[in-house]
Formats: sequence, structure tokens, C-alpha cells
Amino acid sequence: MSLLTLRRNFFNVHVITTTKIYRENCLNEAKTEGKSELIPSIKFRHSCLLRNQRCIAAYLYDRLLRIRALRWEYGSVLPTTIRFHMCAEEMEWFNQYKKSLATYMRSIGGEEGLDITQDMKPPKSLYIEVRCLKDHGEFEIDDGTVILLKKNSQHFLPRWKCEQLIRQGVLEHVIS
Amino acid sequence: MSFIPVIKSEFPASLLQSSESHDHSDADLIQSLVFQAWLNEKFSPELMENKSELVECVMEQLTHMEENLQRVRKGDVKASVHRMEIDRIRFVLSSYLRSRLQKIERFFPHVLEKEKSRADGDPSFLSPEEFAFAKEFLANTEVYLRNVALKHMPPNLQSIDMLKAVPEPCLDSFVFLRVKERQENILVEPETDEQREYVVDLDKGSQHLMRYRTIAPLVASGAVQLI
Repeated sequence: MSLLTLRRNFFNVHVITTTKIYRENCLNEAKTEGKSELIPSIKFRHSCLLRNQRCIAAYLYDRLLRIRALRWEYGSVLPTTIRFHMCAEEMEWFNQYKKSLATYMRSIGGEEGLDITQDMKPPKSLYIEVRCLKDHGEFEIDDGTVILLKKNSQHFLPRWKCEQLIRQGVLEHVIS
Repeated sequence: MSFIPVIKSEFPASLLQSSESHDHSDADLIQSLVFQAWLNEKFSPELMENKSELVECVMEQLTHMEENLQRVRKGDVKASVHRMEIDRIRFVLSSYLRSRLQKIERFFPHVLEKEKSRADGDPSFLSPEEFAFAKEFLANTEVYLRNVALKHMPPNLQSIDMLKAVPEPCLDSFVFLRVKERQENILVEPETDEQREYVVDLDKGSQHLMRYRTIAPLVASGAVQLI
């Protein structure tokens, strides 16, 4: 899911138009004392304003949903290319969401909690064949063995240890 | 879903028996309850009743099984089978909690409203942690919308009624279900004006495709299972 830069200009114009319409409405309202001919046009402008507000809210909310999806896909740290497309308020929303999610996950089950951003797919096998896409240095697995993750090396590793690295793009699941 | 029968037949409860403090029939029961809760939550359009105790039990079980795994000799076949079972249960639990969280995020104003307006004796739909999460989500989203757009708008448009803006769960969506306890005289409301309401009997073991709204109370009571 891609996130484009917040179209500031686009909805600044929207906001300005909205304000203009509102001012016209106010002027009309002032003249309405006793007269009822202007009321339909006031109502019409008001519904335009509400529609504008709804459109803007829908656009921003859709962006929030995409940012939320980023947390589940990339983890807590977003790549710089994506952060470039987000405005300050969106970063703030993302940080708050991250915090809320972390607090919730820690509270599951009453002890250390459970990281529910892992185990996204039903486990099919214990060990999987993975290829290293970039140098990641040393990697320790449960029984103490240390594996050197060098670019293009292939390993047969426990699935649960690799999930995070696969999502980050360091390893690639090889299905032959 | 193909691994559910595998859990029952290929990995008998004897693996769980290696933990002294658990009765293996209890463990089986907890696992089947969690599978049922997981399927119901996955296929239901609305948030189901909160099952914190079940979640806690399963987490305890997982911890015990991990401890047993440490004690088993390395390279033993039992170790890998144990590991698989742990992974599967953890997947089901994670998926269950993820479904709940997704629904909470999608319907956040309605979920909060429902929780606030329920009577003291009624069962809770949100655990305290989920409630806190939902409140934070609402506040976060409102702050964002206000700072990016609403504060620049004319004075009478500076707030949005979230209850109206966010759609409610569609209770008329169709779901597949299997009947666990025989039900009689279930009233099916008409969908269109030309139809009339009618009554069906649900036989035990039969499978149906119906509107969720018709059988919602039966899912909550455990009389039917969503599939």
C-alpha cells in the first residue's frame, strides 16, 4: 500500500473554498431577518460545506488506515522513503498508535504479553529455506549456534526466528 | 483450516501430559474453546464477547509447553512436534486477538459507545486493555483530524460526529454456520418488502448460510458455530 505525500495544496484550496462559501452564507443569514427567500440558498451552501468536510475527512482517514497498515507490515521503524511522504501530525499519530499497540500487546495474558504482529500466517513447517538478501551480520538461533548472514548465502533456519527478518527484507523465503 | 484436525489426532494430549500440573482433558477443552472463539471472531461481522480468561489460560498453557520444551533432550523428535504445537496454538491466539483488534479499530466509536452504555450486569465486549486501546485510538484520530483539517475550517464545522462518520458493522452480512444444539422456531426476518418473515428449525449438525442478525444470539450462547 503506497502512501503519497499529503496533498497540502489540494486541500488548502478546499479549505479556502469552504471558508468562502461559509462567509457567503453568513452574509445571507444576516439579511434573512424576516425574509425566507434566502433560506434555500443558505441550506444549499451548508450542505456543500458539509460535503467538503466529509470529503476531506475521508481522504485523511484513508491515509490513516494506510499508515496503520504500515505498522503491521514494516514494524516500529518506518523506512525513510515512507516517512518522507508523511506530515508531522501523521508521524505523531503513528507514534501514538505504536505506543497504544505496544501497551496492549504487553498486557495480553497477564505476564510478558504476546507480540501479535508475529505469526501472521499459519505455520506450515518448522524449518524453512531462506536466502540472505543483504549482509546482516551474525544471527544466533535457539540452540546457541551462530549463523553469519552474508548476502546470497542460503540457510535452513527455524521459521519463527526468520519471520521478522523476512518482513524487513533481510531474508527471502526460498520455495523450490 | 486443515491443521485443526491434525492438532486433534496427530498430536494427542500426551505431549501436554508432561506438565504435571495440567489435566490433559482440561488442556484439550481449552484448546477447542479457543479454536471455536477464533472461528467465531473471524467470521462474525461484529465484535464478539470478551474472553479474557480463555486468553489467560491459553497463555499459561503456552508458557508451560515452552518450559517443557526446554527440558526435552535436543534432537529428540518430541521437541519438534512440541514446537509445532506451540506454534499452532500461538498462531490461533494471535489471529484471534488480531481479528478483535481490527474490528475495534474499524468500528471504534460504536464499540466505545456500546461499552459505555451497557448495564453493570451485562457481559463485557472489551477487556480493560482493549477499552484503553480503543479510547486512545479515538483520541489520537480526533487530534489528527483537528490539527490537519478541522481547525482551519469555519467555526460551525470544526467537529465531526464519529458515531455518524464511521460506519457500523453490517449485521445483515451472510455467514456460514454449523448447528451444535438443535434450535426450533428461529424467526427469519424479511429482507425486502416482497418477502414475508418465516420460521425455520435448525437441526443438530446441519450447516447453513444465513444472515448474521438472525442467529447472533445463538453464536453468543454457543448453540451454533460459525465456519
